[in-house]
Amino acid sequence: MSTPVKNKKVKKAPTVEQKINRRNFVSFATFTILAGGAYEGWRWLYKSPEEASGGITAGARKPLRRALNKTELFFRRVFSDNHLVKTYPKSMAARNTRVNSDIGIEASKKFDPATWTLKVVKKGGEVLNVTIQEIMALPKTEIVYDFKCVEGWDQIQHWAGVTFIDFIKHFGLDEYTKMEYVGMETPDKQYYVGLDMPSAIHPQTLLAYEVNDKPIPLAHGAPLRLIIPVKYGIKNLKRIGTITFSNTRPRDYWAEAGYDYYSGL
Amino acid sequence: MRWCHWVNFPILTIMIWSGMLIYWANDEYTFTLFGHTFFRFFPDWFYNTLKVPHRLAEGMAFHFLFMWFFTLNGVLYILYTIISGEWRELVPQKKSFKEAWLVLLHDLHIRKMAPPQKKYNAAQRIAYTAIIVMGLGSVITGLAIYKPVQFYYFTWICGGYHSARIIHFILTLGYVFFFVIHIVQVLLAGWNNFRSVISGFEVIDTARKPAVQRIKKQ
Repeated sequence: MSTPVKNKKVKKAPTVEQKINRRNFVSFATFTILAGGAYEGWRWLYKSPEEASGGITAGARKPLRRALNKTELFFRRVFSDNHLVKTYPKSMAARNTRVNSDIGIEASKKFDPATWTLKVVKKGGEVLNVTIQEIMALPKTEIVYDFKCVEGWDQIQHWAGVTFIDFIKHFGLDEYTKMEYVGMETPDKQYYVGLDMPSAIHPQTLLAYEVNDKPIPLAHGAPLRLIIPVKYGIKNLKRIGTITFSNTRPRDYWAEAGYDYYSGL
Repeated sequence: MRWCHWVNFPILTIMIWSGMLIYWANDEYTFTLFGHTFFRFFPDWFYNTLKVPHRLAEGMAFHFLFMWFFTLNGVLYILYTIISGEWRELVPQKKSFKEAWLVLLHDLHIRKMAPPQKKYNAAQRIAYTAIIVMGLGSVITGLAIYKPVQFYYFTWICGGYHSARIIHFILTLGYVFFFVIHIVQVLLAGWNNFRSVISGFEVIDTARKPAVQRIKKQ
């Protein structure tokens, strides 16, 4: 019994072996080619050129910027005015509200809050000048929420001011909300942000003039700053000088440095 | 299934790397007990060797592109596992938790006999199912950090923004831990096992079965 089996095995074995070898070769070749392809793909992406500077966005690899913009379109669909930023009791707000940056409001620069007016640029270049007293006369909205920095830190802070949508309505700027973007810049034009309209007119977006029930200090952007809880800190412009409206993206300080233009939360 | 495995490897590597570029911007996690800080993630030499510092924007751009592939690959894997019925081989059974202990003892050479197994042993069932659950956890905690306002319910499930971030971080450490054990096990399992993960068949089975059948015929 055992001999024929042995013989057969000896005869058949090479073919099975060959089959195995062939399949192994094909698998490993495919694997090597795909791995090589993946590596080349990665090299292409990693070495892909950055966007040209001088545009609205800059500083990121071109394919990655395209991806950021596409991703923005996806996440804009889930944006809703009904999705409110979580708020906290006042007692939880930090006493020392963190100051992270002074770009556009450096202490060395001369600035007198008393002579400040907010300039809203309307169609045809007409400029609406608004004083801080006019803004403070509008209904005051307070918010205690978790301010989030793109770097990863966050802090519960207490701000007060007028919601941007109240401001818009009071000054009869309603028609501008049909436009797609709002641009804001510091008086010296050194810091600037671009905001999509839905985020700008979100019910928790404030033109703030108080922190912890006191007028905001210069380091926090006196006399008026933006508090936009649906965005990272980088969009929360201090010391608003001018406000513009447009259908194309206004320039944005950090979007020029490789960050996502949207930066929404 | 093995396709998903090999696709996942570079994606996860990129996610961990870009995650580190992001974490550097505010590296606040330390292990502190009774006021004594034992260590902080990560030492400067570690960052500098890997060229991590000052690349937050870049890290986010990579992270938010490859998150799509990571998620998609995970969804494909889970769908395939369910449709093909392979989940039966993979999901832990009641006895798995007891058996896994025996497998561990066996692998550590404390116990001689390993419990019987099919495709995966009890420890593998637990580990490979856990890693999928961890992947899901990374996606959910990731979304909870990424869009805490729009996906407030994910943030709520994760116990808030802070805890979502910590869980996200710990899961990543978990992957690194898994990877180390995984590599050691692969090395111990030997070449034939490794080859099967690439080619999709194990040589012992294909070589022996025909021979056995032939014996029966005679």
